[in-house]
Amino acid sequence: MFLLLQLIPLVVSAQDSLLNILKDEKPPVNYAEAAFKATRIVIGQSIENPAQGNMLLLITHHFGALNTGYENLYGLKQATIRIGMEYGLTKRLAFGFGLNTDRNTWDGFLKFKLLRQRSGGKRFPFSLSLFANTAIYTTKWENPDRKNYFISRMSYCFQVLLARKFGSRFSLQITPSMVHKNLVLTSADHNDIYTLGGGGRIKISNRVSINAEYHHVFNGQVRSTNVYDSFSTGVDIETGGHVFQIFLTNSMGENEEGFLANTTGRWNKGDIFLGFNITRIFTIIQPKSYRE
Amino acid sequence: MTSPENRFTMKRFWIVILLIAGFSLCGYSQTYVTKNGMIRFYSEAQLEKIEAINRQVNAALMNPTGDIVFKVLVKSFNFEKAMMQEHFNENYMESDKYSEATFVGKITNIKDINFTKEGTYPAFVEGKMTIHGQTQLMKQKGTLEIKNDAVTARAKFNILLADYKVSIPNTVVNKISRSIEITIEVTMTKLTK
Repeated sequence: MFLLLQLIPLVVSAQDSLLNILKDEKPPVNYAEAAFKATRIVIGQSIENPAQGNMLLLITHHFGALNTGYENLYGLKQATIRIGMEYGLTKRLAFGFGLNTDRNTWDGFLKFKLLRQRSGGKRFPFSLSLFANTAIYTTKWENPDRKNYFISRMSYCFQVLLARKFGSRFSLQITPSMVHKNLVLTSADHNDIYTLGGGGRIKISNRVSINAEYHHVFNGQVRSTNVYDSFSTGVDIETGGHVFQIFLTNSMGENEEGFLANTTGRWNKGDIFLGFNITRIFTIIQPKSYRE
Repeated sequence: MTSPENRFTMKRFWIVILLIAGFSLCGYSQTYVTKNGMIRFYSEAQLEKIEAINRQVNAALMNPTGDIVFKVLVKSFNFEKAMMQEHFNENYMESDKYSEATFVGKITNIKDINFTKEGTYPAFVEGKMTIHGQTQLMKQKGTLEIKNDAVTARAKFNILLADYKVSIPNTVVNKISRSIEITIEVTMTKLTK
């Protein structure tokens, strides 16, 4: 009787031992995906790139300031729009360009995923991307009488995006940035402007998240105008092939140079802009893993 | 009173007895395994066709007990659209939480399958399927093909998303079929130890 009792586990465990055979010698590498739903946290770059072979159309729209009163329908009468395109060249590298109605600015950027957060086999605690863009405004010269150089139209932005996805609901990103303007208003203004910021998101359902983003511009860099820290907050709503981001911000600018180094609005004065981003994703090249 | 050494030998004796008993109970057994089987799922709804393929399916079969197990990493399903794949993992399967899908069961008519003779045999499978953390009993009919010392298991069946608590939001309810067709093809070879 005793013997038989001892045998039961042997019989029962036959299937378990089969499952044990299937156990991997080393656990598979599991990359943290979709720390953010879109390539923007709110107005600034998130760690996300379009997937390889995917093209993304991004329309950014900021209305005028809420404190402009009823005559101006609280900002609804104005609009600043950026129409942008982004493409995932490889798993790590994406490029994009856009056209902004603010001073008819064209911009182009490269974004590279240097490090990727992963669990399982080879653990790594965070993701790190590098971002660089160039913006060129193309409206008429403000001072046509002086000698103007084409490069005076250009500004650049370099960012390090450092993000971590904590579980499936919460993601956090730290974004140090440097903006370089070839031409500044006065000689007291710095050409290089450093900011430190970041943002995060909390998913409140599988398809909706609340996001916030903040950028601190260090004092004494911009002297001729009063610039303030940029703060934006909003919701991401994901439907099938679109991501809608609806937000409030004190930055009118939609390019990095605009919202990092040239935010003149203040939340406590009511310089708040209602805005939205619409992201539409198109598959241009199907993943190789599927085509085979 | 028995000395510690004696107790030790007694223990060993029981282990030996157990092992002998265990082996005689199981008799001769052969295990077939694979790590690159295929599972495809397909659903066609009013607006959208959804198809994904996984070529890293783990499976094992034991003859003559008929025990059969499948294990897949949910994240290794590949889609036509990267975005679909992201939504599949993030919104529907919650793959960070439920990283694996498994089936643990038995081929009930294993006695009718002659592993030494090449051919295709009908196979009746019964067991527990776990997807999205939900376990369901299931009974399916498939085939086993014996060829060149390898065993290929094939099956095609439908599962209901609701059985596995995979919820579809109202906004996309017309885009996603509630029933998913699953096709399995795994070729297992003899496990040599």
